[in-house]
Amino acid sequence: MLKEVFSRVSQGYRTADYPRKPPTLPARFRGRPRISTGSCPAGCEQCTDSCPTGAIVSHEGSCRIDLGACLFCGTCADVCPDKRVQFTQEYRMAASHREDLVEHAGNAHQLASALNATAQRLFGRSLRLRQVSAGGCNACEADINVLGTLAFDLGRFGIEMVASPRHADGLMVTGPVPTNMALALKKTWDATPAPKLVIAVGACAISGGPFAAGPGAPEGVGSMLPVDVFIPGCPPHPYTILDGLLRMLGRIEDGFRKP
Amino acid sequence: MSRHALLALGNGKIAPTDTIPSVPLDDLRELVIEKIAEGCQLFALHGFQDGGALTLQVCLGDPQEGTLLLGTSPLPDHYEAWTPNCPQAHWFERELAEQWGVVPQGHPWLQPIRFHASARPGHDAWGRDPASIRIGDRDFYRVEGDEVHEVAVGPVHAGVIEPGHFRFQCHGETVFHLEVSLGYQHRGVEHLLHGGPSPRTLAVAETIAGDSTIAHGTACCHIIESMAHAPAPPRAEAVRAIALELERLANHVGDLGALAGDVAYLPTASFCGRLRGDLLNMTAALCGSRFGRGLLRPGGVRFDIDPSLAAELRTRLDATMRDVKQAVELLWNTPSVMARFEGMGIVTRETARSLGLVGPCARATGLEGDVRADYPAGHYCFAQVPVSVWETGDVFGRAYVRWLEVQRSVELIRETLAELPEGPLYNAAGKLEGGQIAVALVEGWRGAVCHVARTDREGRFAVYKVVDPSFHNWIGLAMALRNNPISEFPLCNKSFNLSYCGHDL
Repeated sequence: MLKEVFSRVSQGYRTADYPRKPPTLPARFRGRPRISTGSCPAGCEQCTDSCPTGAIVSHEGSCRIDLGACLFCGTCADVCPDKRVQFTQEYRMAASHREDLVEHAGNAHQLASALNATAQRLFGRSLRLRQVSAGGCNACEADINVLGTLAFDLGRFGIEMVASPRHADGLMVTGPVPTNMALALKKTWDATPAPKLVIAVGACAISGGPFAAGPGAPEGVGSMLPVDVFIPGCPPHPYTILDGLLRMLGRIEDGFRKP
Repeated sequence: MSRHALLALGNGKIAPTDTIPSVPLDDLRELVIEKIAEGCQLFALHGFQDGGALTLQVCLGDPQEGTLLLGTSPLPDHYEAWTPNCPQAHWFERELAEQWGVVPQGHPWLQPIRFHASARPGHDAWGRDPASIRIGDRDFYRVEGDEVHEVAVGPVHAGVIEPGHFRFQCHGETVFHLEVSLGYQHRGVEHLLHGGPSPRTLAVAETIAGDSTIAHGTACCHIIESMAHAPAPPRAEAVRAIALELERLANHVGDLGALAGDVAYLPTASFCGRLRGDLLNMTAALCGSRFGRGLLRPGGVRFDIDPSLAAELRTRLDATMRDVKQAVELLWNTPSVMARFEGMGIVTRETARSLGLVGPCARATGLEGDVRADYPAGHYCFAQVPVSVWETGDVFGRAYVRWLEVQRSVELIRETLAELPEGPLYNAAGKLEGGQIAVALVEGWRGAVCHVARTDREGRFAVYKVVDPSFHNWIGLAMALRNNPISEFPLCNKSFNLSYCGHDL
């Protein structure tokens, strides 16, 4: 027993001071890409040719990036001769609508809005989620799991992952939803009592990611269930996920914390 | 001795496809059985279509010689199964039957493993109409008798974890047999790699099993680099090795914490949960992604370790390992933990050997296979890693081998950081040479990751075969559970911690 007490003291208090303070992110972190204004050289398609998922496309003489398909690999930024694409440290990227995930030069970011008053009253202080991995590669799953560790301590926000859809207020779905998981996802959804939410986490769940070109052309959870929040990334950083959840619940607004 | 010889190929080396000997099927089987008896390991056994004709290709690893042995044979629609005399082939033959609609006659338990239509229309090993194939629609092994009951779990499990179905045959609490039925995660990885390389190739390889991004990504890069005659520079290989060992560290430390959690020992569980994150954040310091996404590129790596980053990584590693050591040693000194770990979920060395288990699960039984030592490639040609072995084959063995490997990975990272080779990070990899075969093995944290590719005349992937270590090891979990209480399933399962998507592809 003494050993445990000693270890506890020695390992210290490690829960991050988020959302009171902004999170610490690695210097090489690739968050929301920024596309500078101006036009691309005629005929230059280096970024579109090298994108693994076709997330970046030519658009009105410039380009635009669908964050719902982007793997944040940074290749487009590397190959752009004019360095017009840059990945920033901005980790806040969750959106309420699929079209809000399209990034272009000079666009105003529309982050996820809070649920309506009724939903906030129901879920705002206690949200139970059932996670369903539907073809997820275990990276999104791992970074959802990590929210439960003492570093993030999801429980302090009143959010908890539960074992049964019957206990859940919503589903947090990862993966492109391949053919073999469609029925299991549908059954899990049907078993969740209404009113219920759907949160799509990661490029695969939002658009099929690199697997959209595969057998059955899976397009993510949106083709099957109504999605309330889209959280982009491959996988999204845990803070991107946490930010999306708290934003959805109306617990944080534009700044770091609701005043 | 057989009168045929197989083609010997180094890890990450290429040879023209026409130099692979084509051997009559019966002779190939005898040869493989002979080689396995001599200590070789079956890394891949797969089919491909060569101008319409179905061909079987085998890839064995010979740890004594440090080479991979390749052979092919024409594959008829019906053939005598290898499994009865070569148990290592059991899961491969099920895959063959499913992918190509061939029937290995005499296979003791021929069931689909991923539930998709065969690649040859009109051929199905079970005579099914492709439109009627449903996930999980198969026969399950059943035990009959008084008080025998069946427990079905999944596909959707209680935790934040991938889907799969487990069917237990129980007598009271005791599990007589566990059948693992997967395929829910099948995304068509090999289909997507076929015809490459393309910009999508590496992205798909990195997500074969997301927790093994560096292992699968490196294997894919080695295939492309060898076929393009553009080996990654030594500095890039050193950075890859650091990333691979960080991946091993993060997952092993996470597993040790999760094992503690499964026996309700919360101090180590909560410490290791945080420490795993610290290790993932070191990978993020290297390349911006906690899972190593974006670090690799065919021909090298995209991020350097400059002296200040090397110093930062060393400092962070020292601080983290101090805490890891304290957290993990609590396990070995706590009788209530050891009572649950020791003697639980035993897989004997004979079983592990005959079924061809790989990675820490095999080394926990005393088998010494480790790609880094047996078939070194890249940075491992210069850096030696002692193989971590334990004898007991139980949950404790699998946990303790992880702990040994953690310590040795840390040593390797420290040494590599101190002596990073000078030079560029990248050699431009051009077009692939046509008509070649390459095999790339990487010791991921779960064991040997194997990629086998053949190019067509134009230098595109005509065949791209992926074998994740979990493909070998799921049967090991089933064996570990025999005659143990069903309540020990979570603990045994965590001690293997296998990949669903790596298996399902």
